[in-house]
Amino acid sequence: MMQFMLLFSRQGKLRLQKWYSAQPDKTKKKITRDLVATILTRKPKMCSFLEWRELKIVYKRYASLYFCCAIEQSDNELLTLEIIHRYVELLDKYFGSVCELDIIFNFEKAYFMLDELMLGGEVQETSKKNVLKAIAAQDLLQEDEAVEGALREIGLI
Amino acid sequence: MPSTPTRLRDLIRQIRAARTAAEERAVVNKECAYIRASFREEDSQWRCRNVAKLLYIHMLGYPAHFGQLECLNLIASPRFTDKRIGYLGAMLLLDERQDIHVLITNSLKNDLNNPVQFIVGLALCTLGAIASPEMSRDLASEVERLLKSTNAYLRKKAALCAFRIIGKVPELMEMFLPATRSLISDKNHGVLITGVTLIIEMCERSPDTLIHFKKVVPSLVRILKNLIMAGYSPEHDVSGVSDPFLQVKILRLLRVLGHNDAEASEAMNDILAQVATNTETSKNVGNAILYETVLSIMHIKSESGLRVLAVNILGRFLLNSDKNIRYVALNTLLRTVHADNSAVQRHRATILECLKDPDVSIKRRALELSFALINGSNIRVMMKELLAFLEKSDAEFKAQCSSGIVSATERFSPNRRWHVDTLLRVLIAAGNFLRDDVVSNTIQIISESASLQGYAVGQLWRAPLAQVASWCLGEYGDSLINGHTNASEQEEPVIAGEDEVVDFIQGILSSSQSTIVTKQYALTALTKLSTRFSVTVGRIEDIVTSFGTHLNVELQQRGIEYAQLFTKHVALRPAIMERIPPMEHKTSHQGLTNGSSGGNGFSNGDDDMLMDDLNSFTTTSITSHSAPATKDSNSLLNLLGGLDNFDNGPAPMVTSSKASTAPSASNLDLLDLLGGLDLSGSTTLSSAPPPITTPTGSTSSSLVNNNLANLLSSPTTQMSAAIPPSSNFLIDGFLGTAPTPPPKLQNVTAYDKNGLRVDFSFDRPVDNPNLVIVTLTASSSYGSTLCDFLFQAAVPKTFQLQMMPASSTVINSGIPVTQVMRILNPTRAVLKMRIKLSFSRDGIAIQDQDEVKNLPSALWQ
Repeated sequence: MMQFMLLFSRQGKLRLQKWYSAQPDKTKKKITRDLVATILTRKPKMCSFLEWRELKIVYKRYASLYFCCAIEQSDNELLTLEIIHRYVELLDKYFGSVCELDIIFNFEKAYFMLDELMLGGEVQETSKKNVLKAIAAQDLLQEDEAVEGALREIGLI
Repeated sequence: MPSTPTRLRDLIRQIRAARTAAEERAVVNKECAYIRASFREEDSQWRCRNVAKLLYIHMLGYPAHFGQLECLNLIASPRFTDKRIGYLGAMLLLDERQDIHVLITNSLKNDLNNPVQFIVGLALCTLGAIASPEMSRDLASEVERLLKSTNAYLRKKAALCAFRIIGKVPELMEMFLPATRSLISDKNHGVLITGVTLIIEMCERSPDTLIHFKKVVPSLVRILKNLIMAGYSPEHDVSGVSDPFLQVKILRLLRVLGHNDAEASEAMNDILAQVATNTETSKNVGNAILYETVLSIMHIKSESGLRVLAVNILGRFLLNSDKNIRYVALNTLLRTVHADNSAVQRHRATILECLKDPDVSIKRRALELSFALINGSNIRVMMKELLAFLEKSDAEFKAQCSSGIVSATERFSPNRRWHVDTLLRVLIAAGNFLRDDVVSNTIQIISESASLQGYAVGQLWRAPLAQVASWCLGEYGDSLINGHTNASEQEEPVIAGEDEVVDFIQGILSSSQSTIVTKQYALTALTKLSTRFSVTVGRIEDIVTSFGTHLNVELQQRGIEYAQLFTKHVALRPAIMERIPPMEHKTSHQGLTNGSSGGNGFSNGDDDMLMDDLNSFTTTSITSHSAPATKDSNSLLNLLGGLDNFDNGPAPMVTSSKASTAPSASNLDLLDLLGGLDLSGSTTLSSAPPPITTPTGSTSSSLVNNNLANLLSSPTTQMSAAIPPSSNFLIDGFLGTAPTPPPKLQNVTAYDKNGLRVDFSFDRPVDNPNLVIVTLTASSSYGSTLCDFLFQAAVPKTFQLQMMPASSTVINSGIPVTQVMRILNPTRAVLKMRIKLSFSRDGIAIQDQDEVKNLPSALWQ
């Protein structure tokens, strides 16, 4: 099971954090700080895996953004790279060639996307199409509500 | 009511525009103040926007807990937009330890029954992320209902919720079992993968469930077969592989089901072989599946052919251009090398090739694996590669690699000569990065093998290995002169003149690159050589004397001490500078695991063989008399220590036997005698390994030596009387671990008032000297009956106090009440104790407090 996923920039700024196991806030901050520092100092030719406490850390850099997952000993690190890649593909499809700014300004959307791909630290959907369909349908629900709200405001309904 | 709040987008811009951390803080603080105010006014119109902003602020690391309740309000709103942000906030700001969960459980329950699938989906997702045991119990039945839903979107989410719930409360597993079984006959891949995940969790948590699910093996095999055989399906394709996520999960479940089960393993052998041979390996994704397949093959009772196939896959991985795959392969091989050594051996060449990898993590794995592969038959080949690696590797690998080589050679060396050669090559290649164990190990090997001592000197002569070379020259330098430096008759002996040897050592002594420790080695070697050489003794004396003014205190002292051996005590020199007898052979593999050989007192000294020699220099002695004695006194102590250890008998006995030989001699003779005695003793007492024990710090050793020196210089009549108590102390100081018999502890009256008397008796278990067991005995002093007896005690924070229940609460005359307290005193601090007593006498309740003052100091010493 994935324990957590962190997205951070090359400058070490956290862009997204998803914790699948309960931790006190202080611990989360410490873990984040430690890992960001460790990963940023690794050279590009090093492999994508770290042994860290009881966990295996799998990370991969996409443009200016690092995707970092902590998995358990029995999990498959090569497949975790695929999960990261799948998430990037989904974001890419959704935003249309995603960049760091998309994720900064639409961080909630990035979370929504992750929550349709994974649940409780495990993959819940292996079809890209299904994930995007679910997100689109929920966005539509929101839009309908926005339109409805606007119409109500100007007194049309 | 404030005007329209800043939009999320604008806030992010503002924060990003901040040029300093202080500026950013100011923007955030201002916004937080605004958001708080808005929350206080229960403004529901902008709540959603405010919470979203707060979540961004939270990600930047600012406190945002005050938004927790607002998230709950959002969740309770009928609008989907509100719920979406509300649940997101709940997942980010709450976790399972929050009391607020009672409130969220109700909202979750409502939403799990909502007709809109996406609202149910949000609730399931949140439950899966933050479910606590209480929530799990309250909502398990809802999840179970959704697990049977006709909607696949909800089924898969419910399955992972169930996975989380079982993780929190394993007893709830039972209720999910029937619905889970049907999940893996689903068509939808999302439901399939979540179903398999759920089954894995169940099987790992309960052996009964594991047996229950053995029957799904054929279905799993069928699904896997369809995946690898079916043609291209765009929906689940990942670079030519059909749904790798699902494949890997199924392989994992097969591994769990087939573990230690021949029948289940038999059923999956074929499909594992098919996956192993049919998977496209040009991309990471195919290798991810192969990797999982290999793990499954290794874990179940698979056919031997399949296991070979698995190891071969890993062998292919080692040749892969992707470093991640190489890393995974080395890691997996490292785990299987003990089970399938011969299969892994076949990839030895590839593994050795990985030593040249640019990635340090891969290099490190390859090195570990290489050491695991060494055996008696391949050690020569392996060593050649490892030595080549050692020569070229970075500093960080040198220590690890050299120690690994030392322990491997110790176990598998074909012969002594080769062993010594290899060790010398390690010393040359790793140089200053060596761990101390390598130096001491080498010296020990040389010391042990009499036939090679001359050879070693010949090899070391002029080698850039100052410490080992100095030691060997000091011990066996005469063979250089005699020409006994060839290991066999065929070889040409190395011969050098006395002056050359002295020049060489002088070079070490005067070089600015030699460390103090190296110079200590060299100076001792030189002094030792003075007894082996004939014509250069004068030169040696000059050099040694010149160190009497050296800036370094250790060297200066050594210079002065040794100079004494050339002037005042010249007669003593030959005896003191005798060759060190062969060091006792230690059990193999100890080179790396320092001193773990068990309870005997000298185990830690064992590995620091060299230090022993050194220690005779670092010892600070006060009088010039004692200077020459230092070495032998050390040895004497060693002997005593050794004997003490072997006999486990009381030290004084040993000491007195030594002392009995002494009386007639004068002080100096006594020294000599003891020295001689020590040396002869070391050969006759075969059970006592002579120069072994090493005090860890020079302070302790100087203390010991001073004591001994005092003892030795005291009149002989006093000696036998003086020795026993202090020798006890000597050995204590030396061995550190020698148990002392616990002193008899006096009983103490802790309280004697109001007709109640409380006595303490103490016990300190030998195996745990930090523990004091206090047994209190409460008796009635006037013969009246005391009721409701309650005794409480308090000790300083550094102690741990455990109170056992009292034998009774009623104290009858003549029948005292006892109660046990266990006090743990890890810091050996002074024990203080306050006590509080309450009891009733003749119906009158009495309470009193007191401090126990007269606790014996032996309790903490």
